[in-house]
Amino acid sequence: MVHGELWTVKELFVTPNEYIYWSIQIVMYPFMTGLVAGAFVLSSLYHVFGIQKLKNMARFALVFSFALLFAAPMPIVLHLQFPFRGVEIFMTPHFTSAIAAFGIVFFTYGAIVASELWFLYRKHFVEVSLKLREKQDKTLVEWIRYFIFCSLTLGVYDVSEESLHRDEKAIKFLAGLGIPVACFLHGYAGFIFGSVKANALWMTPLMPVIFIMSAIVSGIALCMLTYIVTMEIRKFLAKRKRASYAGLPSQEQLKSVEISVVQMTAKYLLAFMVAAISLELLDIIFRGYTAVKSWDILRSVIYERDFGDIFILQYGIGNLLPLIMFLVPGLTIRRAVLASVLVLFGVFMMRWNVVIGGQAFSLTFAGYMHYHLPIVPHNWETVKEGLVGALGIFIMPFVLFTVITKIFPVFESQEAH
Amino acid sequence: MKNHVLRPLFVVLGMVALILIARMFIVPRDFGIGDRGYMYGWHRRGNEEDWKKFKVKYMGKEYCKDCHTDKYDSINKTPHHIIPCEDCHGPAGTPEGIVHYDEKLPKLPIDKSRAQCLRCHFPLPYPTSFRSKIRGIDPDKHNPDIECSTCHNPHNPMEGLR
Amino acid sequence: MISRRKFLKNAALGIAGMSIPLAALEIIDPKKLFAEVAADKAAVRWAFLVDTYKCVGCGMCVKACKLENEIPYDANVTRTWVERYVLTKTGKLYADTPKGARDGFTTAKIDENADGIKDISKEGIEKAFFVPKLCNQCDNPPCVQVCPVGATYQAPDGVVLVDRTWCIGCGYCIMGCPYGVRFFHPVYHTAEKCNFCYHRITKGLKTACVQACPFGARQIGNIKDPNDPVTITMRTQRVGVLKSEYGTKPQVYYIGLDEEVR
Repeated sequence: MVHGELWTVKELFVTPNEYIYWSIQIVMYPFMTGLVAGAFVLSSLYHVFGIQKLKNMARFALVFSFALLFAAPMPIVLHLQFPFRGVEIFMTPHFTSAIAAFGIVFFTYGAIVASELWFLYRKHFVEVSLKLREKQDKTLVEWIRYFIFCSLTLGVYDVSEESLHRDEKAIKFLAGLGIPVACFLHGYAGFIFGSVKANALWMTPLMPVIFIMSAIVSGIALCMLTYIVTMEIRKFLAKRKRASYAGLPSQEQLKSVEISVVQMTAKYLLAFMVAAISLELLDIIFRGYTAVKSWDILRSVIYERDFGDIFILQYGIGNLLPLIMFLVPGLTIRRAVLASVLVLFGVFMMRWNVVIGGQAFSLTFAGYMHYHLPIVPHNWETVKEGLVGALGIFIMPFVLFTVITKIFPVFESQEAH
Repeated sequence: MKNHVLRPLFVVLGMVALILIARMFIVPRDFGIGDRGYMYGWHRRGNEEDWKKFKVKYMGKEYCKDCHTDKYDSINKTPHHIIPCEDCHGPAGTPEGIVHYDEKLPKLPIDKSRAQCLRCHFPLPYPTSFRSKIRGIDPDKHNPDIECSTCHNPHNPMEGLR
Repeated sequence: MISRRKFLKNAALGIAGMSIPLAALEIIDPKKLFAEVAADKAAVRWAFLVDTYKCVGCGMCVKACKLENEIPYDANVTRTWVERYVLTKTGKLYADTPKGARDGFTTAKIDENADGIKDISKEGIEKAFFVPKLCNQCDNPPCVQVCPVGATYQAPDGVVLVDRTWCIGCGYCIMGCPYGVRFFHPVYHTAEKCNFCYHRITKGLKTACVQACPFGARQIGNIKDPNDPVTITMRTQRVGVLKSEYGTKPQVYYIGLDEEVR
């Protein structure tokens, strides 16, 4: 079986070498980078525009964005036929290709997020490392912790008011600089598709903008969701085991979920969602109106074969339903959770409908290809490019998040900044 | 402590330096902009030679002439003279670079299957295509169980049949 | 009043200063970055000619290509293939390419893949023909433009090649080709496509498909040579190219190209 043959079914007139080469992992990649960009923009709304109510969400979003950043390249690593040759993007980048931007953009973005986190948590690093330095008998774990936190201070132990003030200015600068970089991070992913003139569905200048808008939507939804879930878990754990867990803050110290924070965040989510939907509908309407050569086959894909995927799953359940749920007054936590999950589903379906939808018709415009996602794996390829691989990547940022909150704690009993 | 603000920047610059050093070891020396410019010519020069060294397998009709003169002359007098020998006999050379005639490749295979002849001789009455000008047979009716070459000599197809 | 010494000193500085920008232009040569100058000077530019009146769909070219270029015979990918177009009297168009025509066309029924084999004998045939296809080695190859690492490139004589040692297997070039000529090699797992049998044409031989075709439906030549039969045919006969609207400037020319061809 050649690559792609396993999960592709051809119908009518399709050229011999056409298969669905860009499958589930290429759907996951823009989905994950979208979450990265969206989480960062949410964080920057506080740091740059000073929206006080988003202060708690901002710290959370930034750390989550960092966790997502490590998970985001994984779909590509799993998709490449030669993952280890992936370093060539840094060695001999061919900048006429949108994918070559990956090296520079990811690295820059990672540098900005890491630097911003450093300024945000610098005082914490200094405090922990100084406290550990005083401790005489350190266990192995404490030695490791000491080593990590000492390195993270980068040799700077000054935590005077003046230096902290400089930190704040640096954070503001980086957050501001990071917004266009985050937009670029996901805009270039949209450009990867939008610039492929060979693909009648992908080719549109609107593609980078649509991707950015829906990326921000997904990032905000994910942060809102994880924030609520984490807060509820903490409340639940604290209530049950307050006595035996000395490290956990008491019920009074724990702040309960501020419904107003969620409501405020939801407003931004709605704004970007409206923008994303408007652009996507504009694209479809424009195509139908101009009716160029590819319109016949695209119409049959959009309005017939993929009607369910596009209008029921993506626009209906993934956009319209959460839109209504957020707009109806008196937003509760439960409603926000459900609506966020639906939004994430909608954004995922958008990526699916673009990537898979673009390969649903043949270059001949006279044939179709149907995609079967490999569910139960029977070899490495069906793990990599199947449901197992996709789920693994989706779970990865959550796992990473629980690990890095040991270094970048998101819920401080004392506010550092 | 004067300006600790630039510390992260130094770390980043350090990483960039590491990448540039790694580049010196990983990228082949002859990698660069070729004659077609950066957009179309960004590559490792040595690859052009790599492809030129790929083994040639098909030798062409004239290659067979000197040893198989009888067959060569025979087929040349028939409408089958347009068919290169290797179309039915496979390439004279192998991917390992062994070329018939060689001790390791003393005989080339002969494709005697009906499918081979039907490539041209299954009649398809297509107006505007030369295919409609080739005489053919209905494979289900015309001696369906035997090889075509039982009665038709491929080097002289109507021999003994006119 | 300026002194002679000062005048000479300033003049020397001025001339030195002016010459630096001129020297800088030599180092940062924009011609090298955007150059096709060197390629324009190349003596050879390969081009291909297909005569769709002559092609009978025997598929010998597909078989020869597979064996010459070591593409696994049973793999459902091929560097070149032949398409069949049948226009029936009912006005419908049927088209197929069973296994890329590796085994020729030995039935009048149309292979519609998962939609089954279609018997159209009742409909009557208005016109029907065969169209061989291969990489067009475009002058503006979109596949080369989108390669992120420089694994695929265009040689000075126009042939687009893939460096198997450098390709990372992202598949962007495969998605970028409007003609669908690219695929992943089943054994090497790098991007693969027709390269005009580069190892043969650079030795003065013809490509495997040109040599294998009994009917002369395929020809290869150098369009920079005005006496080349291919060049003469292109200049004097009515020829067409595939999908010119994409701006790729393909270099495979078709005699008898019908508007139904995809």
